[in-house]
Amino acid sequence: MADPMHQFQIQKVVELPTVNVFGLPIDLSITNSVAAMLLAATLVVVFYAAAARRAVVPGRLQTVGEMLYGLVDGLAESIIGHDGKKFLPFVFTLFAFVLFMNIQGMFLVFTATSQLAVTLTLGLMVILTVVGVGFAKNGLKFFKLFAPSGVPWPLYFLLVPIEILSFLIRPITLGLRLFGNMLGGHVVLKIFAGFVIALGGLGVLGWAGSLLALSSVIALTALEFMVAFLQAFVFAVLTCVYLNDVVHLDSH
Amino acid sequence: MEAEAAKYIGAGLAMLGMIGAGIGLGVMFGNYFQGALRNPTAAAQERPMLFLGMALTEALGIFALVIAFLILFS
Repeated sequence: MADPMHQFQIQKVVELPTVNVFGLPIDLSITNSVAAMLLAATLVVVFYAAAARRAVVPGRLQTVGEMLYGLVDGLAESIIGHDGKKFLPFVFTLFAFVLFMNIQGMFLVFTATSQLAVTLTLGLMVILTVVGVGFAKNGLKFFKLFAPSGVPWPLYFLLVPIEILSFLIRPITLGLRLFGNMLGGHVVLKIFAGFVIALGGLGVLGWAGSLLALSSVIALTALEFMVAFLQAFVFAVLTCVYLNDVVHLDSH
Repeated sequence: MEAEAAKYIGAGLAMLGMIGAGIGLGVMFGNYFQGALRNPTAAAQERPMLFLGMALTEALGIFALVIAFLILFS
């Protein structure tokens, strides 16, 4: 059976020279991961350029575009509240980028979101934005985030370390969740696809098992499309929740 | 025991963490449907929280998966 992890290997597509930035060697080569991300970003722009026609009676493309936009808009509004509109561009960009990377991975050979480096970078970006917004909005009161009000003071010795830890672990869980879901899903798909061929060579009895494996591949593909959408949605939801924590610090 | 064999057993054992994630997801979706069927009008606005809970529960299972992959491929 072919190695199911082979699909996640990074290969160089276009060789470019290595440059030194402040003594750090940075390889500018375009790998398949970079190519997938560039393709996803291009697809988002092309899709929304085509979808935003502002027709009174929307076509199919415009309906899908407006549905996705309305989804994230409603999300930001319901979680962050009135201030949600301010963060909508950030949240929606993240959502669209992650969604198109996931969907693109279902059609082509490489999924950019199955690389931990990509998802952790996205998670780190979210949490740095949260910290930045928190300091800009609350100043030093930002640290109240780690000391929830309404508890007897001796509990703070226990509660504050836990709160700090749970805040620091947020970017890691945010990145690992997306990474794990995409990696796990694609590995399972390839393993079942490998079963089809391996069982098919075992004679007539094997064909029945082969057919079973094939039908599970089809079902799993449908599931993976759902997961691809759901994980982008969850990423947007969690971004909103984390932003809400620092925007409405007083009610924490 | 050979080191290779121990590696595979360890990866299998690491996946036991999925049991907890499975139970958690079952409890959560079950309770959501119980609430949703009793009060269908309130179901739609609680759906983001459902997915949030799902994501948080699932993350723990994913951690187990990541550990298993780390044991297998490193």
